[in-house]
Amino acid sequence: MMTPSDVIELLKQNHASSVLSAVAEGPYPHAVIKAEGLTTVAAFLKTQPRLRFDLLRCISAIDWPAKNNIELAYDLISTSLGHAFAVKVVLDRADPRVESVSTVWPAAEWHEREAFDLMGVEFLHHPDLRRILMPEDWPGHPLRKDYQDIVEYRGLKFNP
Amino acid sequence: MFTYERPKVEYKGLSRPIVRLANKWGPIGIPLLLRFAWGIFFAALVFVVAFVWLVGRFVNPLLPWFVRDLVVVVGLLAFVCIVAIIGIWGERKVSGRIQSRLGPMRTGAWHGWAQSLADGLKFVQKEDLIPQDADKPLFRLAPYVALVPAFCAYLAIPFGIGWVFHDSDVGLLFVLAMLSIEVLGVIMGGWASNSKWSLYGAMREGCQLVSYEIPMGLSLLAAVASVGSLSLVELGRVQDHGWWSWLLFQNPFLFLAFFTYYIASLASCKRSPFDLPEGESELVAGFHTEYSGFRFVMFFFAEYAGMFAVSALATVIFLGGWNSPVPGLASPLWFVIKSTFLVWVQMWVRWTLPRIRIDQVMHACVKYLLPFTLLLFVGSSLWQLYDNPDHPLFEGFAAVLRFGLGCLGLLLLGLYFAGAAYGFYHRNQLVGQMVRKHLPGA
Amino acid sequence: MKEIELQYRHPPDLLHDGEIPSDIRTEELVLNMGPQHPSTHGVLRVVLQTDGELVLKATPYMGYLHRCAEKIAEKVSYRQFTPYTDRLDYLAAMNNNLGFALAVEKLGGIETPPRADYLRVIFAELNRIASHLMATGSYGLDMGAFTPLIYCFREREWVMDLFEAASGARLTYSYITIGGVREDVPPGWVGRCREFLDYFEPKITEYNNLLSFNHIFINRTGNVGICPPELAVAYGLTGPCVRGSGIPWDLRKATPYCRYDEFDFDIPVGRGENGAVGDCWDRYFVRVQEMVQSVRIIRQALDKLVEGPVQAKVPRMVKLPAGEVYCEVENPRGQLGFHLVSDGGTSPYRLKIRGPSFCNLSVLPVLAPNCLLADIAALLGSIDIVMGEVDR
Repeated sequence: MMTPSDVIELLKQNHASSVLSAVAEGPYPHAVIKAEGLTTVAAFLKTQPRLRFDLLRCISAIDWPAKNNIELAYDLISTSLGHAFAVKVVLDRADPRVESVSTVWPAAEWHEREAFDLMGVEFLHHPDLRRILMPEDWPGHPLRKDYQDIVEYRGLKFNP
Repeated sequence: MFTYERPKVEYKGLSRPIVRLANKWGPIGIPLLLRFAWGIFFAALVFVVAFVWLVGRFVNPLLPWFVRDLVVVVGLLAFVCIVAIIGIWGERKVSGRIQSRLGPMRTGAWHGWAQSLADGLKFVQKEDLIPQDADKPLFRLAPYVALVPAFCAYLAIPFGIGWVFHDSDVGLLFVLAMLSIEVLGVIMGGWASNSKWSLYGAMREGCQLVSYEIPMGLSLLAAVASVGSLSLVELGRVQDHGWWSWLLFQNPFLFLAFFTYYIASLASCKRSPFDLPEGESELVAGFHTEYSGFRFVMFFFAEYAGMFAVSALATVIFLGGWNSPVPGLASPLWFVIKSTFLVWVQMWVRWTLPRIRIDQVMHACVKYLLPFTLLLFVGSSLWQLYDNPDHPLFEGFAAVLRFGLGCLGLLLLGLYFAGAAYGFYHRNQLVGQMVRKHLPGA
Repeated sequence: MKEIELQYRHPPDLLHDGEIPSDIRTEELVLNMGPQHPSTHGVLRVVLQTDGELVLKATPYMGYLHRCAEKIAEKVSYRQFTPYTDRLDYLAAMNNNLGFALAVEKLGGIETPPRADYLRVIFAELNRIASHLMATGSYGLDMGAFTPLIYCFREREWVMDLFEAASGARLTYSYITIGGVREDVPPGWVGRCREFLDYFEPKITEYNNLLSFNHIFINRTGNVGICPPELAVAYGLTGPCVRGSGIPWDLRKATPYCRYDEFDFDIPVGRGENGAVGDCWDRYFVRVQEMVQSVRIIRQALDKLVEGPVQAKVPRMVKLPAGEVYCEVENPRGQLGFHLVSDGGTSPYRLKIRGPSFCNLSVLPVLAPNCLLADIAALLGSIDIVMGEVDR
């Protein structure tokens, strides 16, 4: 069972170039990773014998128009060792694209589809990137802060 | 003010004069009918009985032969309808009681006895829907192909000595053949509905029914082999020496044949645990998903008519038919009581067991039931071979075994009644005190 | 009404991925287990590619119950969002409320009084019992056994009566709020709760005799939809689904919250008693055993119940400091997670809800191939989804 600071220590030892920043104390200990190095860090987090983060709990996409970026938070936990950690990736709001981690954690497939559907983040090399909650031909990405709701969909009008 | 405009509906064909009549005389006629309902009922009853007696006494010798047949057929049709109506009501009450609830209680003053009638009225006045791309002639034909053979099976079933439409030499074969034609109706219904789910139901049903007819027939053949006649009246007449003469207790193979026949007949009636063709949770309603209104009523009636018919067959062949356990008190009432008991067991089994998957159904039939019934048939025939005065030792052994089986039957019946009495006596405690007390704030 | 042409873009290999030997020409059927279906447990559409009764491919489509809860969370205040959490997994509303309340309290540093904690545990476990009763009963219904469903509903009525006496509602309670529970239980409630537990425990044995150990049921569900442990964890399964595959992973023991570490209870896991480990029967039986454990926990919590306030002093309009938190609770269906991002205002900046049924459902396309059509119903029933939290 490792504390968050131990995890960050281990991460920095092995992937110092990918770690941009880290928070060990507080309600949400996490490390911010470079988007390019995400899959290697993910594989490391899953396979390292002292870490073994095998359960990907959640991929949350957070839209920060003020900072002009979209953050992706990957929440992880280890079913064998019992410790939890989170990894964040910061993407450019105009063109948010990052490598898919579905090869490391197959659970990511649907979470990434949801992030694509509701936030517009594009995941490279995803096996099947389509909308999951909204209809296939829905315009726009609803959870963005600047999303304008449409007035008519396939002949059905919405009365505001 | 809100005014309601009745939509103008153009009635076609036979509906038009009926609707006109109903509109003109309905507002007066229906309240009158309800006010004097009991009087009208008893008057009609008295009238019908008097009419039948008069006809029977004075007119019968003068009438041509087909009038008797017509009257009996109409009577059988009425009986089948009543069986279906009471069966549906009984099913709902039985299922309710098994599930610790009451079942219909309101329509009709006593325990919702008029529920089926109300349902029938409801179904009759529903819109006649046919799916757009359905095969219309087949769609219309299928319920009749399912119902008519189920009714025709009753033509050969004897309710008592002299209480049979036609005492045919091959009565058993006739009944089995009629019950098999139902398969066609079900497959037609499933195919003509133009829905993949209905098609699944129809295909499963075809497999299941056709396969389970073999163990059904073989079990009955074991009994036929011991009596030597396919005539149902003969099979019943053999059993008129009381409880120990019933074919059920004649040899252990026949005892088991009764149970295999019963299981196979459950499959043939599409009853749970073999109700995959109408598997509600997977196929909505299987082959009759797209049927509504009166067409659905026909399928439903066919099911209950079939249930009673296979129970009647089991009664006549294994349970002594119209004979009473005490020799000499034969009556059609015994026949109805025994068949009703078997129908009640069918319902009991339905609400207790889960559904068997289709490949397991076929597996059970071909790998277990079929070889077993073959064994029973061979065993019963061999038993007949040796159970005669040429082999006195075996004959003595067979007599002892017969007596033992009869006692076993009595024991099972006694256990059943004991269990029922225990459940009735403790009916409050079995459900639980919590069910009958109220919580604070309730 | 204008003709609506449905032009869904199917996944690229839906119609060409069957494993059919090249020398046999068979007809494949594309079957739509549509949004309305008795055994999809809600509005879920599954497109099945079948060869006769054998299923070659199953593709779920969801979103029919999408009610934009996450977008709404950005507009309403924290207290106003509690009823929305009820409607996520509407069969386990107390647990949803608990998850959200814990997330807000963790970020805001709010301490709940002990009586509130014990009451939260009691209600969460009672709701676990109610939810599992619904799951096992409707699973019996999917398998064609109508009676266990009604019996389970009969017991649910008593749980719902207890809930109604405490919170006023039968299904969506909004009872566990930020800072504690909304109000104390009425007098006599504890006695009635104990009565219910005494009445309910022998009933589980009855249901086992009726359904769980029924030969037909075991044949239907044993060795069907076998999910190996590594696959379960890889696809993010949690709750009875992952415990049915043999992994003793329970958030109440691993990262205890709300005083769960003070209670003594076991984690039932699937042992493959009627087939391989991780089949449908294992998942189903884990739920049955969890009900027994819940009764144990509630008894201990009722004994530990102390007097005191049931609400911490929390201002009417809850304002959280800027920051974020991810808080998970063990729902009857799995781990419900709330990723709460606050910018210092009165409503969340972003609230991501991790629905356990959403993640559990992702394993359906993997387990469905080479099942029979009747097994799809068994599979869906054993995964036990509630569309409210799949779609949010």
